[in-house]
Amino acid sequence: MQAKAGQFFSSGHTNNWAVLVCTSRFWFNYRHVANTLSVYRSVKRLGIPDSHIVLMLADDMACNHRNPKPATVFSHKNMELNVYGDDVEVDYRGYEVTVENFLRVLTGRLPPSTPRSKRLLSDDHSNILIYLTGTSRWNGFLKFQDSEEISNVELADAFEQMWTKRRYNELLFIIDTCQGASMYERFYSPNLMALASSQVGEDSLSHQPDLAIGVHLMDRYTFYLLEFLEDIHPASTANMNDLFKVCPKSQCVSTPGHRTDLFLRDPGNVLITDFFGSVRKVEITMETINLTAPMVFSIEIIIKNYCNQ
Amino acid sequence: MAAHRCNIFMLVFVLCGLTYVFVRADIEDTNHVKDAESVAVDIAPKANIGASLRSTKTEDQTQAAEEERQWEATEVKEADRVPDTMQTPDVPPLTPAKDQFQEELVIRPLHSGDIYASFQFRTMWDTDFLRGSKVSHYRLFPKSLGQVISKFSVRELHISFTQGYWRTMQWGQPFLPSPPGAELWVWFQDTVTDVDGAWKELTNVLSGIFCASLNFIDSTNTVQPSASFKPLGLGNVTDQRFLRYAVLPREIVCTENLTPWKKLLPCGSKAGLAVLMKSEKLFHSSFHSQALHFRPVCQDWKCKSTVWELRQTLNVVFDLHTSGQGKREWSLFKMFSRTVTEACPLASSSKVYVDVTDNPQGELFELSPTTPLLSQAVVLGDRRTYSVYDLTNQATFGQTRSLNMLLRWRAAESGDMLRPLLHGERYVAGYGLQTGEIHTLMYNNHPYRAFPVLLLDTVPWYLRLYIHTLTVTSKGRDNKPSYIHYQPSKDRLRPHLLEMLVQLPPNSVTEVTMQFERALLKWTEYTPDPNHGFYVGSSVISALVPSVVAMDTNSTRECPLFSSFFPCKEESSYFMRVYTEPLLVNLPTPDFSMPYNVICLTCTVVAVGYGSLYNLLTRTFQVEEPSPGLAKRLANIIRRLRGVPLL
Repeated sequence: MQAKAGQFFSSGHTNNWAVLVCTSRFWFNYRHVANTLSVYRSVKRLGIPDSHIVLMLADDMACNHRNPKPATVFSHKNMELNVYGDDVEVDYRGYEVTVENFLRVLTGRLPPSTPRSKRLLSDDHSNILIYLTGTSRWNGFLKFQDSEEISNVELADAFEQMWTKRRYNELLFIIDTCQGASMYERFYSPNLMALASSQVGEDSLSHQPDLAIGVHLMDRYTFYLLEFLEDIHPASTANMNDLFKVCPKSQCVSTPGHRTDLFLRDPGNVLITDFFGSVRKVEITMETINLTAPMVFSIEIIIKNYCNQ
Repeated sequence: MAAHRCNIFMLVFVLCGLTYVFVRADIEDTNHVKDAESVAVDIAPKANIGASLRSTKTEDQTQAAEEERQWEATEVKEADRVPDTMQTPDVPPLTPAKDQFQEELVIRPLHSGDIYASFQFRTMWDTDFLRGSKVSHYRLFPKSLGQVISKFSVRELHISFTQGYWRTMQWGQPFLPSPPGAELWVWFQDTVTDVDGAWKELTNVLSGIFCASLNFIDSTNTVQPSASFKPLGLGNVTDQRFLRYAVLPREIVCTENLTPWKKLLPCGSKAGLAVLMKSEKLFHSSFHSQALHFRPVCQDWKCKSTVWELRQTLNVVFDLHTSGQGKREWSLFKMFSRTVTEACPLASSSKVYVDVTDNPQGELFELSPTTPLLSQAVVLGDRRTYSVYDLTNQATFGQTRSLNMLLRWRAAESGDMLRPLLHGERYVAGYGLQTGEIHTLMYNNHPYRAFPVLLLDTVPWYLRLYIHTLTVTSKGRDNKPSYIHYQPSKDRLRPHLLEMLVQLPPNSVTEVTMQFERALLKWTEYTPDPNHGFYVGSSVISALVPSVVAMDTNSTRECPLFSSFFPCKEESSYFMRVYTEPLLVNLPTPDFSMPYNVICLTCTVVAVGYGSLYNLLTRTFQVEEPSPGLAKRLANIIRRLRGVPLL
């Protein structure tokens, strides 16, 4: 019985977080907001609650005055799927989506008056999904709001800070932008897995325009990713190898890339729902904890946590 | 036998009550936003259990019955749908119902063919957090807001999010005016020592609750008005140190702001009038405004105790032409793509009012289904007649179990509308990117009465106002304001604040002009899209406007929510607030690629210039002989050996 329970809790994470960022502004970048919202929709559907999702949208497309159908963001042409929905909570919007705020959210160094919904309150048993989308015209950076950029070195350092501060157990990083693979080249912290929509030297292309709205609705990689995720349900056993096969060159025109050398487990054993869903797990302890003496209680907990690593 | 059964019933009931209390405590700890909804779910089954238990009681068990009624008195009052015919009138309730919730919807057809719908939800919260007692039990009042209010010692809180501009001349006066963008003004209690610190934290917390960028409110857009924005609730706190006012004209409103706003209602968006609020229809409108007003009011006409009132309002104007179909016909389904099927079970009153003042005999439009209830209310200085649909009465829903009102117009012409007495406009004049002029026009359309208005202007620091050029003219002549309060701006610290009390002559236009100069910002202070322009918040014009009919100062009568928002002190006038348009000004914008260009050019010039100069100054020339031929070299070797000078 004990062994079976031990097998069940093998992945070591107890909660899931998601940080979904769209970094581009202006109406013609509608597709980036649609990308982020479709990942948001899948992640919510698979169980991660709004309190564990930090959604950052750099511009408002749904209630933009150019939108012929207000309060909607569509991902398929002929307005089939409204990924904006009726129950959405955007934590950072408009001018708040900056490189500084993004890095502060990741590393947890936020001003004390920041509300809880804007914080990434992860711990060392959290699996975090980070999704970035935007434009980047060259190798090694991602543009934020067309006025500043984040480089791959900064991102790698931020993840290292997260690792030393024990802010994640495992981290999945997905990026959909031109030359996306350059963004994960510099990672050096353990337990990171990364996916990108295109290799260095290639452009990520958009999928299809809608004539009524007048702009491209989605990027190809995220479009096929959304199609793949629509088939996943919370009890699904699909693993990461299936995710790596999403959008081959014939569909995507660019070659999606992935990086698993920093990840300790074998990707074939990692379930999709480990990152996209929210499976609540419980830690069992066999010891009794004395609650009457507070000082002794805290030292015991510290020793117990330290020994369990 | 009977006594034995009584004991068992009592025991079972006590156990049920205790488990219910423990379960409720657990739910409250873990789920603070959904608290109101869980309360709604829990109370209904409890009342049902109570009703079934009560119906099994006999006359012998009066002792147990009385005790049980005392237990249940609170729940029965809130679940108004359950008929309490069994309760004897002479048993006093132990704890009277503390919270109360009312909802109403007013539909007013406008003369331009559009239709104006105004939702108002009022939650009364009877609690005593002023005296330091911590509130831990929340019923109808939303817990997330209650905790914020008690933590920051807020006396009054008014926040509104608006998309669109209210066109006063075409639509008349709104029930609750609001400026485009987000507006927040707060009166703190006089026990707060650091008002600025509390204001900063409050704006951050509210930005988390409403998913809006209210954290951009800081000292550069906050002012302390001295005369406008007096408290709308009870209390004689008039020290302006405790008042803060800020407006963000650029703030957008979308579904992410509506979702948390709806979650603050006791029934959420699941029952009652809130089911009509679907974002796809609400944002496809000419004007959309959602607001939240919190203030202390009298509990009843004796005013011995104060209760806290939370009003959530949503005003929307639907456009005739964008909704499709040429003919003029409006229905609940066409406006909201939903119909009402039931009232909120937690509401003590739930009504829909349709304005039929212009339609006394039904000759202008036809309203179906018909209703016998009519009500008259004096609102905005005019006596209006309303057809009332009472949603707590099951008969309103008829056979189809849903209410879908239909207004079908017969006549093409609708006649003239009552001209609004007070109206404001504002625009920027001038040319170029250095100077400009702000013109504010205030119209007094009353034929013979003059009245004073209070004008509040908040201008950001980067438009440097020249107050010595301020002119106020009415009918071509100078009009000197009787009270001026001006606080100049400080660069990057605080904005301009100008408040003036101006007397408007009857049937006239008063023009206020001021010149300004545009400042050049530091290059990091520009937004990512600076060529869009920079917004200046709306001016606020507050006035006591003479009323055509006698206003109702008697606050004891039960009056509909929409007519009782602004307190009415005298019969001959009513309070009105008008917002002008926000301004969009272009600041001189630099070319942001220039730092890169400058660095390249400077480095090139320095490299070329300095390099050349250095070479010229420090280079020395040495003459070097070409290497001699073989014969000469041999001869030189022999000469060296002999000690003779070389060739």
